[in-house]
Amino acid sequence: MADIAFLLLIFFLVSTTMDVDTGIYKKLPPIPEDQTNDEEVKVKKRNVLAILVNRNDELLVNGELLDISQLREKTKEFILNPNNSEDLPEKQVKTIPYFGDVMVSKGLVSLQNDRGTSYEMYIRVQDELAIAARELKDEKAMSKWGKVYSELDDEQQEAVKKYVPMAISEAEPKNVGGKR
Amino acid sequence: MSKFRKEGGKELPEISTASLPDIVFMLLFFFMVSTTMRDVELNVSYVQPQAKELTKLEKKDLVSNIHVGVPLRKYQKTFGTESRIQLNDQFATVDDIQSFIASEREARKEELRNKLTTSLKVDRYTKMGIIVDIKQELRKASALKLNYSALQGADEK
Repeated sequence: MADIAFLLLIFFLVSTTMDVDTGIYKKLPPIPEDQTNDEEVKVKKRNVLAILVNRNDELLVNGELLDISQLREKTKEFILNPNNSEDLPEKQVKTIPYFGDVMVSKGLVSLQNDRGTSYEMYIRVQDELAIAARELKDEKAMSKWGKVYSELDDEQQEAVKKYVPMAISEAEPKNVGGKR
Repeated sequence: MSKFRKEGGKELPEISTASLPDIVFMLLFFFMVSTTMRDVELNVSYVQPQAKELTKLEKKDLVSNIHVGVPLRKYQKTFGTESRIQLNDQFATVDDIQSFIASEREARKEELRNKLTTSLKVDRYTKMGIIVDIKQELRKASALKLNYSALQGADEK
């Protein structure tokens, strides 16, 4: 009897996990110190991927109505600009350890949502952007070292991060699509 | 006469203690299974959204939680059915967040204070308006590390 009890005890000990909190980690931008400096940084239109989410959870990406499932590809294409097309972001030459002189995108993702957007949609957009960033990094890491990004050491990760920058700026929300 | 004399069988037989460990184990199991670890009593109910690109929150003692969700039925008379903020054990408003962060910092050791992460546990149907207000308050309180709590979603293939 005691043996069975021990067996059960050990089984529960092994199988129990403390519930770990998981989530999407973000850093908020600090509030600018002097309020007078509210000139907006001028960025060329082609360098911005403007994502708008309205109160009906619909996506407008650079003036084009998109489904959430297309966002990932769109973002990747935006950052990579494989054909050097005119309306996708410019690139500039940067020297990055391990990679040498490479063309780095100057693209910036701008995300704006309505106060009536649902939290679920917001998380899905954030998630898609995060997946896009991870896949881009994985691609670069794969072609250079034959490993995925998360298996690289810190210095290599740093280099890859510089190669495919993923800057997301979140604008103050406004009431897009009608008053409440 | 000797027929009726009892020989040596006078004292009660001893109760067997062989099953005592079993009883103890049973109690142990009962308490192990029935105990849940929870530090705050939730007054709101929420279903977290699902996401795929998740990070784990490592240091639990450096996390302060903000719950946002629909008040439980017993509170709905007073607080309505719209999503509300819960800090510690009570309902709160957006204005209370700064003092909440301050008190959370106060409770930690000095060298750990700037490592605090705020975890937002929000119901999936909440409107972004309230989240945006919370984020503004967190920025004002310069609690910039933020975690949007989400569950691991199924992989689509």
